[in-house]
Amino acid sequence: MGSEILILQYLLSGITKGSIYAMVAIGFNLIFSATGVLNFAQGEFVMLGGMIAVTLSFYFPLPVAVAGAVVIVACIGCLLELLFFRPLRHHSILHMIIITIGLSIVIQEAALHIWDEKVRSLPYFTGNEISSVKIYGAAISPQVLWVLGTITVSVILLHIFLRYTLQGRAMRACSSNPEAAMLAGINISNMRTLAFGLSAALGALGGCVISPITMTQYEAGAPLAIKGFAAAILGGLGNPMAAVAGGLLIGIIEAFSVSKLPAAYNDVSAFAILLLVLFIRPHGLFGSPSGQGVREF
Amino acid sequence: MKLLEVLNARRSFGGLVAVDQVSFSVFSGQIKAMIGPNGAGKTTLFNIISGLLPTETGKILFKGKNIHRLKPFQIAHAGISRTFQNPSLFLKMSVLENVMVGRHSRTRWGFIGCGLRFPGQIREEKHIQEAALEQIAYVGLEHLADSPAGSLGFGQRRMVELARALATEPELLLLDEPASGLNPKETEDLGLLIRKIRDTGVTILLVEHDMSLVMDISDDVLVLHNGSVIAEGTPSAVQDDQKVISVYLGKGLAHAAPGEKSSMRLRRP
Repeated sequence: MGSEILILQYLLSGITKGSIYAMVAIGFNLIFSATGVLNFAQGEFVMLGGMIAVTLSFYFPLPVAVAGAVVIVACIGCLLELLFFRPLRHHSILHMIIITIGLSIVIQEAALHIWDEKVRSLPYFTGNEISSVKIYGAAISPQVLWVLGTITVSVILLHIFLRYTLQGRAMRACSSNPEAAMLAGINISNMRTLAFGLSAALGALGGCVISPITMTQYEAGAPLAIKGFAAAILGGLGNPMAAVAGGLLIGIIEAFSVSKLPAAYNDVSAFAILLLVLFIRPHGLFGSPSGQGVREF
Repeated sequence: MKLLEVLNARRSFGGLVAVDQVSFSVFSGQIKAMIGPNGAGKTTLFNIISGLLPTETGKILFKGKNIHRLKPFQIAHAGISRTFQNPSLFLKMSVLENVMVGRHSRTRWGFIGCGLRFPGQIREEKHIQEAALEQIAYVGLEHLADSPAGSLGFGQRRMVELARALATEPELLLLDEPASGLNPKETEDLGLLIRKIRDTGVTILLVEHDMSLVMDISDDVLVLHNGSVIAEGTPSAVQDDQKVISVYLGKGLAHAAPGEKSSMRLRRP
């Protein structure tokens, strides 16, 4: 195997992992923009998406299981907002962030009780463990294409939603200037619930497509939340599209560090680069330097 | 017909009573001005009417219905819209998008419809856009429709905010110091525009420090001082009110220093 092919192989595996980080990072951004809260339970949405889809796949065909998981997790996201964040809206942001960490632990424990500590996975969407597609000599699983395709489509749909639809525009208005949005007749509490639902749905979808590759377990969410958070910070908080770039970058850095350094340094290299970037650009790669309008899309 | 009726509104911040037992009415089709020195409670009263602050006592009746327990977005739906002293826009969104957000409360499609992009929804989106462009042309900014609101000058931002407020199709429009920061020519144009808006059937309540504008366009003036109403009536009646003169010029200072007098004069130049 030539070295170019090897590089391509690493690149593709980096992009695959990075897409999931991107999905989590977009979720971070959506909730942050709408509410100002950093939701550290974001990784749990990914885990729940995978777990619920695995369970549903015993009873229903795969597409129905995936769609069902996304809808259920979206409802859970909305419910969390209604139960925990809406009544506590007048508390400080820090309180709410701590609540998200608590929720993340509770959801993990609940998942441990509902399912168990066994590692599960969805079947491959097309083909199986050993089928592969050759791209310029690099062998990749067809599932990787599913991951990339799903994420590309969701990012494009999200973009269209935010730019060209009534509710999307209202959502941007809420994050830009909640008071003015309220007076323009927008129910901003509902917009916040919608933001939680949307980002939970995105997380769950990511959890489903990645499940055949990385497996799903009750504690799979927390590390993803940390990487996704790093991706959101790297791209610049408040901009979902920058989160995609941040996520891909972290995924690729990780993949190449595995090729050069012992696997234990996997996380170290990603976070080292993150720190380095933040020293030079504290507002992230694509964030606005003034910190102004940080919460705008 | 009484469109808005404020009955015994009161609001305090800690020990300071910003609005104290204020009652007044705004009649349909009126331009009513609220004046008074800084700290008189004008903006607080606006915040109470638009639902940003609750009143501690009394009632706010709009078209005979009590609205003081409603949320700001519900008050917007009911037909009250407002602008701020400092234009409050969505800075990264274009002028057109800003105004389109104002039409939000007048649309029928919910989130599901939006996601599915029904033909009706696409039609409505187009309709919203046309209506928004109309409002933008109304305030004279059609050439800037696609610019980001953040790139506009102060006077233009104010006009965008006004267009957005009009896009909610209000029956009552609250304008908080619409002329502040405008030059005399812009102020004059604003006066004409406010009249034009009133002539389309929108009732207007404004807070303003520019006395020439107030005396020029208002049908009725309400004078607040230290959170209480001290005078109410036609512009000419209010100008001759002894209490008003003493509040603006100080007690026994009918012949105040020229500089002070000119900056606070009540009479038209």
